[in-house]
Amino acid sequence: MSTQSTAAPADDTLLAVEGLSVDFETPRGTIHALRDIDLTVPKGKVLGIVGESGCGKSTLAYSLIGLLAENARVASGAIRMGDHDLARLAPSAWRDLRGTRIAMIFQDPMTALNPVTTIGQQMLDIQYRDRIGRNAKRARAIEFLEQVQIPDAASKLAAYPHQLSGGMRQRVCIAMALLTQPDLLIADEPTTALDATLEMQIVALLRDLQRKFGCSVVFVSHHLGTVAELCDDVAVMYAGEVVERGTARALFHDPQHPYTQALLDCDPARIKVATRTLPTIPGTLPDLRQPPAGCAFRARCPRSWGRCERDHPPLYPGAAGQRVRCHLSDPAEDAA
Amino acid sequence: MLFYTAQRLVLSVVIVMVAVSILTLMLHVVPGDPAVMILGPRATPELIERTREAMGLDRPLPVQILMFFANILRGDLGEDVFTGRAVSQIVFEQLPYTMILISVAILWSAACGIALGAYSALRRNTWLDTLSGVVSVGTISIPAFVMALYSVLIFAVWLGWLPAIGAGDGFLDGIVHLILPAFAIGVAWVGYIARIVRASMLEVMTQPHVRMARAFGLPDRRITRSHILKIAVLPAVTLIGTGVAHLFSAAVFVEVIFARPGIGALLVGAVNERNYPIVLGAVLITTCIIVLATLISDLVVALLDPRQREDI
Ligand SMILES: Nc1ncnc2c1ncn2[C@@H]1O[C@H](COP(=O)(O)OP(=O)(O)OP(=O)(O)O)[C@@H](O)[C@H]1O
Ligand code: SF4
Ligand SMILES: [Mg+2]
Repeated sequence: MSTQSTAAPADDTLLAVEGLSVDFETPRGTIHALRDIDLTVPKGKVLGIVGESGCGKSTLAYSLIGLLAENARVASGAIRMGDHDLARLAPSAWRDLRGTRIAMIFQDPMTALNPVTTIGQQMLDIQYRDRIGRNAKRARAIEFLEQVQIPDAASKLAAYPHQLSGGMRQRVCIAMALLTQPDLLIADEPTTALDATLEMQIVALLRDLQRKFGCSVVFVSHHLGTVAELCDDVAVMYAGEVVERGTARALFHDPQHPYTQALLDCDPARIKVATRTLPTIPGTLPDLRQPPAGCAFRARCPRSWGRCERDHPPLYPGAAGQRVRCHLSDPAEDAA
Repeated sequence: MLFYTAQRLVLSVVIVMVAVSILTLMLHVVPGDPAVMILGPRATPELIERTREAMGLDRPLPVQILMFFANILRGDLGEDVFTGRAVSQIVFEQLPYTMILISVAILWSAACGIALGAYSALRRNTWLDTLSGVVSVGTISIPAFVMALYSVLIFAVWLGWLPAIGAGDGFLDGIVHLILPAFAIGVAWVGYIARIVRASMLEVMTQPHVRMARAFGLPDRRITRSHILKIAVLPAVTLIGTGVAHLFSAAVFVEVIFARPGIGALLVGAVNERNYPIVLGAVLITTCIIVLATLISDLVVALLDPRQREDI
């Protein structure tokens, strides 16, 4: 497929994030958690979002489904999906999109389900819009529990969440999300809370079901191995910015941004060995209340020089067709 | 679940026995001899001695307590010192008045408290939330008997809208007579319940399953009802269960103030007359009901919360 650097034709794009900035108001100042994010989610493809803790992955994911915290504010930018700008959507319009065109799977399956209601009731509840009978809804619930390979699905309808294991609960969440037949499925670290074996199973399941149902997926993860396995495109985030994005192939085989390189370098077998978490790179994230003027990665970058302190790097086209927010990729630097 | 219930029942019996033993001890510390009370000031010492013997008051205290329990097991709570009527009969005659009073107080205060707490949580930090907080804390700190006195003064004496005295005759009149006492007892509980429901709603609202419900576009009302309130009322149920003891003590004052029949009025009268069998019988039954109420509230919580059902 074509890389993201060449703007995809509009009909191939499900969702386009354009210059999105999100602030959190806190008593100790405004946190500029997302700054000028540009991304596209192609139809029927999986976009991976990676980056270390606190870089804004969840903030981005939640802004795509309108579930940002109360102290959050979209400072600028747009999120285009069809005729909608999701960044400026009224609450009632959001309710019409959620659970119909957009669905989400959460990080912790242990707490994502209502603890005092049966699985079956929760699966019926989310079908409240459908004008079909209760039995038909039940049948659909069972069908989707079977899709996510839950054994003895019919009997699970009467179970309460605490009676199921973490892996089973995450399968239930996936089944619920798919049951609504969304165009866009957002998964915020859906496997982080699970152990390694379960993680592999769930990722394989997600991949199969994504192909089967053909929905687009935004997959947030700490785990480079799963991203490589699942994603068509990848965006690497650092301190509230996208620092590199492109096809998974380009990013894993020819990373251009020093941050992406550091992530992959720390992983000796690159993506082949399943690393559970992102490698740690020396140094810490900059203070998001006052993002640095130049390159956000400067303080930790082994290759920084004077320009990195002065100029904020834009997204330059990279060697393998990706986009790179680093002056090293500035064609003008090569010329100099 | 069954084991848990059995365990709790055994514990309840122990609690009741301890309570009755302590009460018997306390009655002996209180000045005033029941035999003298019955016979009047001019009774001869021999007569007093004989009466004490007949009432078992001459035996050592532990024996008295054991005898009392032995009689309970036979369904015998003793006899009224003055009239000779069975205590159990007297107590069960009065009990319905108090039970109705307390139940109505619980029902109206729970309904208002849950509604007020939920409203405050959903509109937190608005002026209505602040107002409900101030009013709640205010009513919590006013004792039921003060509430009773003022409500009699305002609604019965000044406005003359409601009767001040008695329990009324017949169904409708009974209800009219219930309004003021049930108001006086319940009003503090509206505050308690509102506060606890508000706090637990605010906590439940931040839980991930609520965000998940939003992610599926469920209507706000449904999220509030079945994803937030259903969990947030659980602490209130426990509070009400443990609060039945307070309700009984409030009922004692309120029954006296409103000259209503009931366990409270019976108890106060019996204590004044040193009518020990009635005091013991009334306290025994009250303690049983209090212990039972805690048990019931725990079972209701277990019924509403499947996680508890598993644990217990
Ligand atoms: N409600 C909030 N109020 C204030 N700051 C917030 C809020 N939510 C997130 N942040 C801040 O925004 C930044 C991005 O947070 P976010 O949760 O999006 O990171 P993340 O990449 O998902 O991290 P993780 O991998 O730990 O989930 C962090 O600095 C975080 O402290
Ligand atoms: S712009 Fe400079 S500091 Fe930033 S990543 Fe590139 S080389 Fe490093
Ligand atoms: Mg996160």
